[in-house]
Amino acid sequence: MEFGRRTIADYLRAYDEGQVMAQSVAQTTLDHIASVDDRLGAWITLNTEQVLEDAAAIDKRRREGNPVGSLAGVPVGLKDMICTKGLRTTAASKMLTDFIPPYDATVTAKLRQADALILGKLNQDEFGFGSSNESSVFGPCRNPYDRKRVAGGSSGGSAAAIAAGHCPVTLGTDTGGSIRQPASLCGVFGIKPTYGRVSRYGVVSFASSLDQVGPLGRTVGDAARVLDVISGHDDKDSTSLQFDVPNFQAALGRGVDGLRVGVPKEYFQEGLAPAVEKHVRDALAFIEQSGATLVPISLDHTKYAVATYYVLATAEASSNLGRYDGVRYGHRTGTSVDSLEDLIARSRSEGFGDEVKRRIILGTYVLSSGYYDAYYLKAQKVRTLIKRDFEQAFSQCDIIAAPTSPVTAFPLGDHLDDPLKMYLMDILTIPASLAGLPCASQPCGFDSEGLPIGLQWIAPPLQEERIFQAAHFFESKTEHHLRDPQGETS
Amino acid sequence: MIRSGWEAVIGLEIHVQLATASKLFTPAANRYGDPPNRNVDPVVLGMPGVLPVLNAKAVELAMRVGFALDCEVHKRSRFDRKHYFYADLTKGYQITQHLHPICTGGKVLATIDGEDRSFRLNRIHIEEDAGKTIHDGRRGISLVDYNRAGVPLIEVVSEPDMRSPEEAVAFMKALHQVVVATGSSHGDMEKGHFRCDANVSVRPVGQERLGTRTEMKNINSFRFVGRAITSEINRQIDLLEDGETVIQQTRLWDDDAGVSRAMRSKEEAHDYRYFPDPDLMVVEIDDATYEQVRASLPELPRARKQRFEEVLGLSSYDAALLTQSRARADYFERVVDQGIEAKVAANWISGELLGRLNKEDKDIEASPVPAHSMGELLRLLAQGQLSGKMAKQAFTAMIETGVTAADWLKANGGQITDSAAIGEIVDRILQAHPSQAAEFRGGKEQLLGFFVGQVMKETRGKANPQAVNAALRAALKGET
Repeated sequence: MEFGRRTIADYLRAYDEGQVMAQSVAQTTLDHIASVDDRLGAWITLNTEQVLEDAAAIDKRRREGNPVGSLAGVPVGLKDMICTKGLRTTAASKMLTDFIPPYDATVTAKLRQADALILGKLNQDEFGFGSSNESSVFGPCRNPYDRKRVAGGSSGGSAAAIAAGHCPVTLGTDTGGSIRQPASLCGVFGIKPTYGRVSRYGVVSFASSLDQVGPLGRTVGDAARVLDVISGHDDKDSTSLQFDVPNFQAALGRGVDGLRVGVPKEYFQEGLAPAVEKHVRDALAFIEQSGATLVPISLDHTKYAVATYYVLATAEASSNLGRYDGVRYGHRTGTSVDSLEDLIARSRSEGFGDEVKRRIILGTYVLSSGYYDAYYLKAQKVRTLIKRDFEQAFSQCDIIAAPTSPVTAFPLGDHLDDPLKMYLMDILTIPASLAGLPCASQPCGFDSEGLPIGLQWIAPPLQEERIFQAAHFFESKTEHHLRDPQGETS
Repeated sequence: MIRSGWEAVIGLEIHVQLATASKLFTPAANRYGDPPNRNVDPVVLGMPGVLPVLNAKAVELAMRVGFALDCEVHKRSRFDRKHYFYADLTKGYQITQHLHPICTGGKVLATIDGEDRSFRLNRIHIEEDAGKTIHDGRRGISLVDYNRAGVPLIEVVSEPDMRSPEEAVAFMKALHQVVVATGSSHGDMEKGHFRCDANVSVRPVGQERLGTRTEMKNINSFRFVGRAITSEINRQIDLLEDGETVIQQTRLWDDDAGVSRAMRSKEEAHDYRYFPDPDLMVVEIDDATYEQVRASLPELPRARKQRFEEVLGLSSYDAALLTQSRARADYFERVVDQGIEAKVAANWISGELLGRLNKEDKDIEASPVPAHSMGELLRLLAQGQLSGKMAKQAFTAMIETGVTAADWLKANGGQITDSAAIGEIVDRILQAHPSQAAEFRGGKEQLLGFFVGQVMKETRGKANPQAVNAALRAALKGET
């Protein structure tokens, strides 16, 4: 079997049959990544030593007939927002370049518990601020389909590593589209679960009321397996939900017969690339032919979503990033300072990149005395209206389908001088984030330049199963997910 | 006294550390006096991605204070973030309750010069404490200790109802008594459990409009609160009498120098950029918990004092003395519960016991005579097995050697009350002094004292005086 095509099931079968050992998988995978990634930039840090020890321990347990976890020996990568005990976690920022957490994020601990092989940490936009992975202090992550183009962001490395065949699954984080948009641009599956489904403990905070960890995978089934492992209530995260977690894999194979699929007209408006519209509409037609019903719906407040998001997300981000002051950990200025204020100001000025500073300034402004009501409070009200749009829509349909990104992967540097244009990249992913809904992107075709196009699924709260059901059906009837980028990165 | 023609307006904000085992949002210990940076963890240190989880005990302790002060205790409250940068603030914001505090309204009752006074409260909210920054000027460095960071506090905010430093002190003392009595705080001011900021302004008597106020921070003892406020009132009156103006500013009180210094003016005031903390849920207290906390409230010092006066018949002075601390009142009640008359118990505790403990600078908790021993002593006294004089001797021995009253009685012999035994002694004395006996019978009543003295001498003070009296009179009359 080709290296990059292995699913989780393939790995587990190979282990069961004794074809391979986890230690050799870890070594081979790390060697492979080391040899190709300087041309891609998907990884920030490789877990070179620890993962080999972990793999040896798993091999030993298997050999001795002792039980192993559900992802035993499966190589995975984590976005560098997710804390890993003893392995540096940078958020792709100079501020945290040397930060080694003394604790695991809850999702990290759960993956370790399941005996996954944590290969290392994946590239991203600095602190998750961006849609192109170009604001990383470690340089951009490129698109495996065209190295002159962006991988998307902010979880660019998490999507590109899968597309390039480095590993079958990764974890990303999504605040306004940071899992779905790079998944779309790199032609892989990625799901953002319901807000609160997965613990945020130990995940570097961008916007606390929006952030959510989710898996990306080559296949829908692989993502479902990983989501099964990382979901569930966590006493360390007050916002994590108390609800029981269903077995997501059980939703696979249910088909789409009788499924009412809402198609929001606001998601097919100007700015949508013709090729994207065509392939998404083709996908919808195919789903309809397969027994689903397409229901035209309207999400009236969609046009306010981007503005609402950039008020709320920057407000929370400006607050969440206040802890990086150079006092206890992280970057501290090397120049001599004459006061504590000076120390903090210089450390932050040096440690943060331009996009981070831009968002801190925006967020500080909207929370300022005299502006709070006009911006923050008003945005909260609009957020409620956007949520209601979805509630109404879901009285008419079971799931919503739409494009993920209005365009396919754009050239590196294209939007760097125009932050507003970059912000508009998230126009189709932001509304579901504001509503806290589970949502995903899966490949549904390629444009004339061979660049992947993403189909977005949005389900009611806690109904991730419907997404797995619909996406798995589409995947099982199509071959988009099987395409491999040709090049030197895989 | 405030200078004639002027009136002061004073409002207090008091930070009270809650007596929880752990911090407000994490299991790290809430403990004073450890080596620096011992009671920390990733949450206390504000490390990336870690999240706060609310300590339910802290909410309960805040509720207790709210109920005790007759506040409206809200079943729903919320935490906000208050932003500013300082080395001892680990997240760049403090988690506090800005818009929806746990308690609003309420009042503090105090007694000033025997007069009952009520001071209104604005609110009580829960928040986390900051660490401590120590500036080492000699070495040119600053050191930070995060042991205090994240310790749960309530901030009790008064209305500007006080008009003199004396009232402010009375308010503070009354509040202190309540937070300790409810078990919400240890109230140890030396350890910073109870810290006061004072808002002070002055205006000419009769003027309705409030003067410009200043906020004095860091007044950490009862001793200094009066002095600090007096100093600020005088500073403001001096300014105004000289035709200058008071600048709205924050001032830092310096206990050692006995003066306050300007810290920052209104123009330099922070914009705290409050907004609801998205890492925490709205605090919701269910009906059962609400009622349970309310019902578990102990009797408060003022109510107890009133009961001691009205039900147990103590003087106002004794009742006040015995309710000054919960331990004293508990001790007193444990003695009374053994069947001792309240007034007797009060006299012995306030006179003998507290007098003795005061001399040794001890609290009643450290009394070498526990309440049950005191009860035993007073029971023996009531039963007449000990005379008043003997009881005092026994008490001294109990304090000094730790014996019990019963032991002392056994070793020293009890009071002689048996009338037959006393009759024998009386007969002996009368026979030994025939001429005085004759004089007595002849009408010289004054000689009774002489005979009593002789009996006491013979019994080394142990004979019951009433019984001796009765026996003497009977013996003398019988021979008539």
